[in-house]
Formats: sequence, C-alpha cells, structure tokens
Amino acid sequence: MDIKNKTVHELKNMLDKKETTSVEITKDYLNRIGEVEEKVQAFITVTEDVALKQAEISDNKRKNGEKLGALEGIPMAIKDNMCTDGILTTCGSKILNNFIPPYNATVVDKLNNAGCVLLGKTNMDEFAMGSSTETSYYKKTKNPWDLNRVPGGSSGGSAAAVAANEAPFALGSDTGGSIRQPAHYCGLVGMKPTYGSVSRYGLVAFASSLDQIGTFTKDVHDMALIMNNIVGHDPKDSTSYPQEHPDFTNALNQDIKGMKIALPKEFFGHGINEEVRIAIMNVSKKYESMGATIEEVSMPMSDYALSVYYIIACAEASSNLARYDGVRFGYRAKDVESLDDLYKKTRSEGFGDEVKRRIMLGTYVLSSGYYDAYYKKAQQVRTLINDEFDKIFDKYDMILTPTGPTVAFEFGKNSDNPLEMYMNDICTVPINIAGVPAMSMNCGFDSQGMPIGMQLVGKHFDEFGIIKLAHAMERELGLDNGAGL
Amino acid sequence: MMDELTDEQIEEIARQTEEDTGIKLNLSPEERRLFGLRIYQDFNDKKRQMIYINERRISMSYNDYEIVMGLETHVELKTNTKIYCNCTTEFGGDPNTHCCPVCIGLPGSLPVLNEKVVEFAIRAGLATECKIQEYSKQDRKNYFYPDLPKAYQVSQYDLPLCYEGKVGIVADGVGKNICITRIHIEEDAGKLLHENVPGSLVDYNRGGVPLIEIVSEPDLRSSDEVKVYLEKLKTILKYIEVSDCKMQEGSLRCDVNISVRKKGDTKFGTRTELKNMNSFTFIVKAIEYESKRQIDVIEAGGTIVQETRRWEEARGVTESMRGKEEAHDYRYFPEPDLMPIVTTKETIEKIRATLPELPEIKKAKYINKLGLTQYDANLIGDYKNVAEFFEASIEGVKNPKSVANIIIVDIYKKLDTEEEKEDFKIPFSPKHLNELALAIESGTISNSIGKKVLEEMWETGKAPNTIIEEKGLKQMDNSDEIREIVRKVIAANPQAIEDYRAGREKAFMSLVGAVMKETKGKANPQMVNEMMREEITKL
Repeated sequence: MDIKNKTVHELKNMLDKKETTSVEITKDYLNRIGEVEEKVQAFITVTEDVALKQAEISDNKRKNGEKLGALEGIPMAIKDNMCTDGILTTCGSKILNNFIPPYNATVVDKLNNAGCVLLGKTNMDEFAMGSSTETSYYKKTKNPWDLNRVPGGSSGGSAAAVAANEAPFALGSDTGGSIRQPAHYCGLVGMKPTYGSVSRYGLVAFASSLDQIGTFTKDVHDMALIMNNIVGHDPKDSTSYPQEHPDFTNALNQDIKGMKIALPKEFFGHGINEEVRIAIMNVSKKYESMGATIEEVSMPMSDYALSVYYIIACAEASSNLARYDGVRFGYRAKDVESLDDLYKKTRSEGFGDEVKRRIMLGTYVLSSGYYDAYYKKAQQVRTLINDEFDKIFDKYDMILTPTGPTVAFEFGKNSDNPLEMYMNDICTVPINIAGVPAMSMNCGFDSQGMPIGMQLVGKHFDEFGIIKLAHAMERELGLDNGAGL
Repeated sequence: MMDELTDEQIEEIARQTEEDTGIKLNLSPEERRLFGLRIYQDFNDKKRQMIYINERRISMSYNDYEIVMGLETHVELKTNTKIYCNCTTEFGGDPNTHCCPVCIGLPGSLPVLNEKVVEFAIRAGLATECKIQEYSKQDRKNYFYPDLPKAYQVSQYDLPLCYEGKVGIVADGVGKNICITRIHIEEDAGKLLHENVPGSLVDYNRGGVPLIEIVSEPDLRSSDEVKVYLEKLKTILKYIEVSDCKMQEGSLRCDVNISVRKKGDTKFGTRTELKNMNSFTFIVKAIEYESKRQIDVIEAGGTIVQETRRWEEARGVTESMRGKEEAHDYRYFPEPDLMPIVTTKETIEKIRATLPELPEIKKAKYINKLGLTQYDANLIGDYKNVAEFFEASIEGVKNPKSVANIIIVDIYKKLDTEEEKEDFKIPFSPKHLNELALAIESGTISNSIGKKVLEEMWETGKAPNTIIEEKGLKQMDNSDEIREIVRKVIAANPQAIEDYRAGREKAFMSLVGAVMKETKGKANPQMVNEMMREEITKL
C-alpha cells in the first residue's frame, strides 16, 4: 500500500473495510521512516517495538470483534515533551537525556484508549523554546518541502514527520505558536485548541499559563477526528475546563454564509512578507464570495503581545525548569564539590543557550524590585489584550490573519539573533496570551513553492466554528499538500 | 583623693578602659563618671577592670529591656491525603514510599488542590476569629534545596486564606490578645537524612503534606507568653480537629522573630529569626538565650544584624544560619497550575456551623454557670473529649463541681499520659457517671462509697445503681438502726468518751469512725455525728 499523503480518515476507512491491517500500515510508516528519516531527522526516538506490538493488539481486537476505539489502529507521532510510560522523554534537552517517565500524559492515555499506535517521539526546540527546532540538543530537523530550510518550531519534529509522511498525524504543543508556525512552514493543518480544553497533565511545562497541546494533520477532517479524542476535562489538571465539546466532524461541509470575519490590521504590518499578505487577502476575498462578511478592524493592544509573552513565558519557565537540578532524575554533572556546585554544573552543562537565556530573563523579571515593573505590568497588559479579543468577538465570529510574517527560512538565518527569531511569533503569540483557539492551514505557495499558512482565531471553545470555516476554505482552494519528498 | 580628679580625667579613664576592653557601655553621664572613678581605684589592675565592667553590664539589668516577638507557626493538617495529590499523609513509612509523580515533582505532573485543606484552614481561621478571604490564590515560592522537589514551594503570598484574627491568652495572671496577621496554606518539604548514610539522602514522604502557617503580630513579650500562646493554639487546633499538633513528629513547629528594645521605646529593634523550633523547652531556652545575646550586643555598643539563626541544643546557644545578604529572593508569583480559591459566604457559614464550641467559651460557662474554679475548668475544658463527657454527665446534677471532681481526682488518676486524657476512652459512659453523681448527691451513697462504686464501674462497666444494689451499698437511712449502733460504740469505748470530755476532738472522730466501720461506711456521716453528740450529752 502507498501510505504517501494518506489521511487519517482514509486509513480509518480502509481499516474499517478490512482492506488493510494496523500492522501493515504501521510497517509501512516504519519503512517510510527508515527511508527518509536520515534526511528529515524528525524523531528523537522511534518506538518500533511498541508500535508493532500495539498494532498487533489492535488487529486482534478487530479480529475478535471487540469494542474498537475511535482511531483504532491508526499510527501517530508525539512531541517529545509529552510523557510516555517507559519511553524516553527528553524535551529536546540534554538535561533529560535519561528521563524515562513512569506514567503517561493524559493525551497519550486518551489516544492509546482510542486505539492509536505510537511510532515515536519527535524532535523539538529544547523545552519548546524556539521557532525553528534548531535549539534541540539532539538534531536539526529539516523542512520536507526544502531540506535547506527549518520546519519551524518548537514542534518542528511533529510537523516534519507528518509533512514527510512518516506519520499520518502528530501531537504538538503550542505556547506562543509552536504548532501553528511549523504547520504554516510545512503546509499542514495545525490546531491550538482553547487553553484548558486539552489536559496538560504529563506535558512537560514550559509556560504553564500558555502551554496547550494540539494537532498536526494533513487536512481539516483529520484534525476534527483527532480533536474529538483529545479534548475534555481532566481531574488531574486543575486548569482544564469541565466543558462539553461537540462532535467536531459535524462542522465539516457546513455553509458559512453570514459568518462575520475580522481582519485586524496590526497583523498585516510588522514586516509581513508581501507574498504572504497577498495569499491571505486572496483567502479573504474567497470567504467574501462564499457569503461571509469581512471587515478590517484594529487591535492595538496586540502590539504589546510579544513583550508580554516573553515576560510571562520566561517568568513561568524560570520556575518550571528549576526542578532540573541533578538531584532526582535527568542529567547530573560529575565531580562536584558541594550542593551549590552540583546545581550550577548540572544546569550549566545540561541546558542549552536559549533555555539559559529565558531562565535568566524570567528570574530577572520576577526578582524583588523588578516584579512590579515587568511581571505585574505584563499581567495587567495581558488583561487588556484579553479584553480586546472579547470586544472583537462581541461583533465577529472569527479573526483571519497570516500565521507568520514569512515562509520557512533557511538554517542559521535567525539563530544568532534572538530578537529576529522572536519576531516569527508575532502573529501567533497574542492568541496564547488570550487563551483562545486558533489554527493554521495551508492557503497557497510563494514563488519558490514554499507553503503559506493562514490563521483562523475563534472565540473561547469555538473550535467548531474554526473547523467550519477552515473546511470550507480547504474545499474551495483544493490545494495539493504533498511535500514532494 | 578622688575629688582631686577633674571630670576630663575621669572621662579619659572611662574612655581608655573602653578601648582596653573593647567593650562600649551605654551609660548616662553620671553613671559614666561613677564608673570612671571606680576604675581609677583599680587603675593598674586590668583583670579587675574586666570583671568590673562585666558586672556593670549585668547590673544594667536585662530588666531594662523588653523582648518583642512574633511567631510563624507551621501546623501539619491531618487530612488523609496530601495537599496536591492522593498520597497518604501518614507519618513515617519507609523512605519515599508515600510518593507519586506529583509530590516528587516529576516533569509534566500537575497539582490538584485537596479541598479538605481549604476547609481545615478556614476552620482554623474561624476558630482564631480571622476574616476569610473570599478570593484567595496560591503562589510559588522559589528556592533551591534538595528537600524541595520542584525547587518551589506552593504557598500563598498576598492573598492568604485567613487574615486579621486574634487569640486570647493569660500569662502571669494577665490576659491579653495576640493578633493573628494571617493564616495561609502551603505544602511541606521532604526530609534530608545525613546521619549514618553515605552523603545525604532525601525522603519525600513528608513532601506535599498540607500545612497552615499561622503568622502572629509582634505582640509577644516573654517566653512565658510564647509558651502559653502556643499551648492555646495547640488546644484550639486539636479541638477543631484539624491537626494532631504532635511536636515530636514535627506536625507543629515555629519560627520566632525576636528583637529587644529599651522599655518605653516605641520603635522596634532589629530582629533575628529563630528557625524551626519544635519543642516547648527549646523555644523557651532559645528565647532566653537570644534575647540576652541581643541585649549584650547592644549594651556593648554593638548593633544587631538581621539574620536567621538556629538553636544549637547541645551547646545551648543560637547560631547564625544566614545573614540578610544571603537571604533568599523567593520571587513569589501566582501559581499558574492552580485556579484561584473562591469561597462563598455560604461555604464559610457552613464551615462555621460545624465548629465545636471552643475551649474558652466552654471554660467560661463552667466557671460562671456551673461554679467550677478556673483551675478545674482548665483541666476539663482543655480536652475536647473530656469536656464533652463532662457536659453529658451533669444532667440533673445540682452541683456539677462534684462531677468535675470525680473526673479530675478519680478518673485522671487512672490515665497516665496526655494522649490518654485526650482520647478519654474509659470503660463507662457519661450516663453512668451521671447516675453515680446523682446517687451521691441524693445521699443514696456516701462520697467514700462513691469511690468504691467508681472502681467497680471501671472494672466491670456495670451501671452504678446495679453495683449499689448488688453489693448492698445503699446508705443507711433508718435512724433507729444507726442510733442503736452509736449506743453500742459508746458503751464499748468508755476511755474515748473520757478523752472527748477532756476536750480531745480526735477521740470523738475515732468514735464516729467506729460507727462507720460497723456500718461498712453506709451510715450517713452527718447523721452519725449528730446522734453521737446527742448520746454523749445524754450520758
């Protein structure tokens, strides 16, 4: 069977019709990983044995007529910052080079229960800090559309794995754009759900108030299917909402007539590449022709989002990452003279530059004498940004923006200039600040054939509306999303 | 000779002495003049100078100073499970067996607040007359230490659950209120083991056990007040069943913020903090030592350094742990993994309704309504189970003091430890004690027979009336019968009668005793007394 460009819903169909088996599909993906992984470098760990065992169990269930999960027998890849029982979980960091969690993240449990098969753990920026996956301690993941370019980040491994057909879908995490930006760079559908709709239990924390787990899929239909299986309240995560979620596949093939879409002009300034801008304006016109109303709006507070983000995210990270001290798990420096020495050496040797930079920033903004000027002020502005989103959503159903200012860039281009690198997140960061759901979807290509992503931003818990609009555009555009690798 | 010295010369002697000894004295000009003169007499004897100057310092007695203290009391709550996970809070256990990914802070784990902890903290707040914060939140307190697995402690910073309360104490016969600044909830840390192990080991069993920290205003003025205040807290917290307050297991420990100032001063002196005191004896000793140390430093012209100190029991001193410059910047910020704690007025009232009557109120009632002494009221009211037993056994009793006496004298005698008094699990019910008290009060049995009945109740658990019936212990109320025995005794003891007539009251008592013996104690002693006098007069 040719798994190339197969979607989850196609595989599911074939399995249901008994045209193939989970073991067969899983072997195909493992073979594909064997073929292209040397070039793409999407995985930190390939869990071949686990995958084949799970696939066999799944096939037996099907054979024996047992109750099947909603995604029975479908392979998946998981970003290496979600805990997997008995399987190395590194967060792309040297400091966790030997960390084997004794438990599964709630999403992993949920997808296991839905019948999914784990192909492996994907590469990422160290502790999800980065926009290119270049800060990983382990390897540099390539963009399957052009191996000289980055796949985006921090969930670059998950994006590349799906774009290179090494997995039909993958989970990522998004703190400031870490799902949507790689989806934009790799021509995929990347969904960051509402903060609190997917449990964070077992997701190694970067910035607790911003982190959210989401999906990489080849199309909107797949996204709806996976979303159905990962959302929901988790008693183990106090920040997960006790919210009823609809069947997201009901949002497919819906009429979008009369929907109101806002185009915030601030998201089209900031060095937005002209080809990107044109692609989004094209989408906007198409929505209009489909019966939606489009209006330009202003969201002036979003100009402050990046500053607010780097203060809050770094502050939380400085505390979240303090537990990596060499005492209980993970990397421990050798030849230490004292407790202080153990801490200093372990952390100096175990963390990479970007992580150290953010820990220092975060420690600084929380320290006495600076707290009010930075952290407190950032929290106040966060409230203002939230209010601004609320106001827009009083009048509009959806916000349409580019996902990022440019298409995927070449390796090393921004890695020496953190500020330039941070600018990649300019369109995605405000969404995490507000906690609302957003997705990126391919909406065209630039002159060099690199995919361009559009971002749809919805109200809290309106993933349904996003799917409705996204699916309508996907049908309208009818793009070929094959990376051609 | 002395008068020949000028004031300048005397001052020079004083100054020179200070220089020689390296001790600076805070003296009034007149005191300083006398000091200089005294030194002059022993001018060439350095050793005598030293002795004198020290004496002088001590004679500037410690009584000129006032100690000012505020307490931070940490109390482990006796919830079944830890504050943020389902692990048991049971004391002990093999190291690291009461742990899970949450309480050892494994990457990815998240806390979920145990609602019982909030309820217990609010109980403590209400029992100490605190206001309850309707919108409260939790914060992270960041610092590195191996016993703190996440490298931050989840605590509360600016919006503690309870605030502005007070606890009334009576020390040295004087009553006063100790104001409570705040009560907040937080998680305990693990324990480091250094002894008999290679390097250091950590046991996280205690990590994540819920604590409340009760912070008092600097209202305490003596080690005695501190002791009484802590005892009072202990009684209250046990009463409302939020903690065992077992100091030896570390479930109650405190930090003492202590400074001294000259009596009459209104400004506080620089304080030091005595960390982790977990025994009343140590607390008292440490306060005595530390206050004297501070006074000595000030008297010698030095200044107190703001620092954290620990009590070294072996050497009987306090010792610096870390100075102000090494003090942690805890970088508190709101814990993003937990939602704010919102407590409605209804919830607060619901919790208030479940609070037992507090010891102070009970004691006041015992004294004012039941006629107990303060002493007796304390002995009963300090233990919740005893107080409840007592209250359940006084129905219909005209003089409840007699019931209190039975408890304090006869029952406490059988209970060896504080725990036994606290538990107050005894072989009979309040109803039986009531029956016994009524039997004594109505004259059915005498006091001394009452003690025998109580013994029997303790042994067999039988009802007192049953025992009285079975053993025929009923007091004799037939006066003819008693008079008969009185006459018999008089006839048998002519010598005693003579002695009595000669004015020896003792002889009379021996006659009454003989009657009581004859009746096996069942005769009403009052009646025997009267009849004996009557019969002797008739002779």
